[in-house]
Amino acid sequence: MNHWLIMPIVLPAVLGPLLIMLGCIDHVLARILSLAGCVALIAISVGLLQQADSGPQTYALSAWVAPFGILLVLDRLSAVMLVLTAVLATVVLLYAMAGWDRRGRHFHALYQFQLMGINGAFLTGDFFNLFVFFEILLIASYGLMVHGGGADRLRAGVQYVIVNLVGSTLFLIAVGLIYSVTGTLNMADLALKVPQVSSDDLALLQVGALLLLLVFGVKAALVPVHFWLPDTYAQAPAPTAALFAILTKVGAYCILRLYVLAFGAQAGASAWLAQEWLLPAAMVSLTLGLVGVLAAKRLGQLASFSVIGSMGTVLTAIALFTPTATAAALYYMLHSTLAAAALFLLTDLVRERRGHHSDALTVAPVFAHRSLLAAAFFVAAIAMAGLPPLSGFLGKLLILQSAWPTPYAFDVYLAVLATALLGIIGFVRAGSTLFWKSTAQQGRIEAEGVSHSVLPWVAVGLLLSGIVALTVGAGGVHDYLSQTAQQLYQPQLYINAVLFPQGGQ
Amino acid sequence: MEALVASAVGVLTAAGIYLLLRGRTFPVVLGLALLSYATNIFLFAIGRLKINQAPILSDTALGYTDPLPQALVLTAIVISFAMTAVIVVMSLRSYLESGSDHVDGAQQNKEEA
Repeated sequence: MNHWLIMPIVLPAVLGPLLIMLGCIDHVLARILSLAGCVALIAISVGLLQQADSGPQTYALSAWVAPFGILLVLDRLSAVMLVLTAVLATVVLLYAMAGWDRRGRHFHALYQFQLMGINGAFLTGDFFNLFVFFEILLIASYGLMVHGGGADRLRAGVQYVIVNLVGSTLFLIAVGLIYSVTGTLNMADLALKVPQVSSDDLALLQVGALLLLLVFGVKAALVPVHFWLPDTYAQAPAPTAALFAILTKVGAYCILRLYVLAFGAQAGASAWLAQEWLLPAAMVSLTLGLVGVLAAKRLGQLASFSVIGSMGTVLTAIALFTPTATAAALYYMLHSTLAAAALFLLTDLVRERRGHHSDALTVAPVFAHRSLLAAAFFVAAIAMAGLPPLSGFLGKLLILQSAWPTPYAFDVYLAVLATALLGIIGFVRAGSTLFWKSTAQQGRIEAEGVSHSVLPWVAVGLLLSGIVALTVGAGGVHDYLSQTAQQLYQPQLYINAVLFPQGGQ
Repeated sequence: MEALVASAVGVLTAAGIYLLLRGRTFPVVLGLALLSYATNIFLFAIGRLKINQAPILSDTALGYTDPLPQALVLTAIVISFAMTAVIVVMSLRSYLESGSDHVDGAQQNKEEA
């Protein structure tokens, strides 16, 4: 058995408790250990990415055989998500080390637990285990969300916790419904059981499956359950908001995994169950997100609504449920995670330097590092709005191309192209108000407590160069993601690896 | 017994949702607790309702009940218990920091205006 498979969960799980103790003694050592953990995670997940080429692999915990034991399953999709998580976590941690991690207690320990939950959710092959990893990542995210304290942040934090607790309750009810009909919690086993469900029980099964869509929709900020996101992300500490860029992708990953594997082409009466709900909801999310970008009064709000918009784009492509559209969705997902994280970090840098003007989109005098921030914002905004030459444009192009042969081509083209205009206007307005018009004002804002550390600039630079790398290497990345989607749309590979490891069927 | 369990789940859920929609944090926390009780009973019932049946293999057992839902309920109880503790602490901190126990901070805004 290949023990590397469980390392992305075990490593942060061991580091977390160590960092709780170490954080009280020596914060420099804690920072180094936390960063070393994240760098090691990159190495491990890149190694797993290479192993995933030979088909889905499994890791049976305590060597219990599926479907009775709990399994971890690694395929190309989970490996890609692991690499994305590790890279984002390392870069954001660099940013946090400039000072955010000292504004409250136990930042690094919570950070590691958060990574443990995210990695677990990407690796698990079992529903109830997925629920447990969701809870782990949520509990850690509650702590990170209110890191640093403050009345507004705590108020937003309480709302965030309440919404997610209701989501967890729905998750349990959905899992219960599915189990009561199929008698299994293993995803691969479920894929075999779903077509055999008798017509009497079909309604129960579908209600359960669609409740799960709602739960994953809460995570992925799908309209109408997106309302928690803008306030949470805008109030969260900058490194947390940037790391949360991957949390919405956990929802998208789960939707992709479940509704292709168990409710896909082979599901009989429940085939492509999610499509008719997901597609309209995703297109409304896309529209609402970019209308929000246009209407935002603060840069933090603008970044949050652009996350809703980009999730709408990703989910629209996922909802087409074809391998080419899924490959496009995955490419856009990689891009939008990096772009969203960069926007949140830039928002914080601007907020720090504008004194009492904070990140409000109002005209204020010139502030420190204005030109450098303007240039970085320009690049991030081009990426997020989907203008050429960066990866956002390529991602949207791929999505449009993949939508052409489907019956939904007209709707998708209309939604993606019309909202692109809204996004561009929104970002142009924000950029010119914040950076350009400030030169016409008298005086200069000298904000106090601006960090002189170089780390925030390194972090933002790395994220932006990640976007550039994704653009330059688009051919290779897209080829790999096409293979990933191909693997995903052959559920038999996954099912055989989990249930019939010795061959058979 | 089916009617009793089903109506218990229904009443708990209804009361939970009503409390969840209230404006202050205390009823909301109670609502979340009621919802999690409803979920626990529901989870317990997904293995079908059986009385006096063994959950684990034995030579003398005449029939069996599904042990898995019972294990799931245990996990769910532990997690929901911990979550209730977290939300209580966060609501208290939020109340102490802002002076308002409204979930959306409505009262506080009214005072400022």
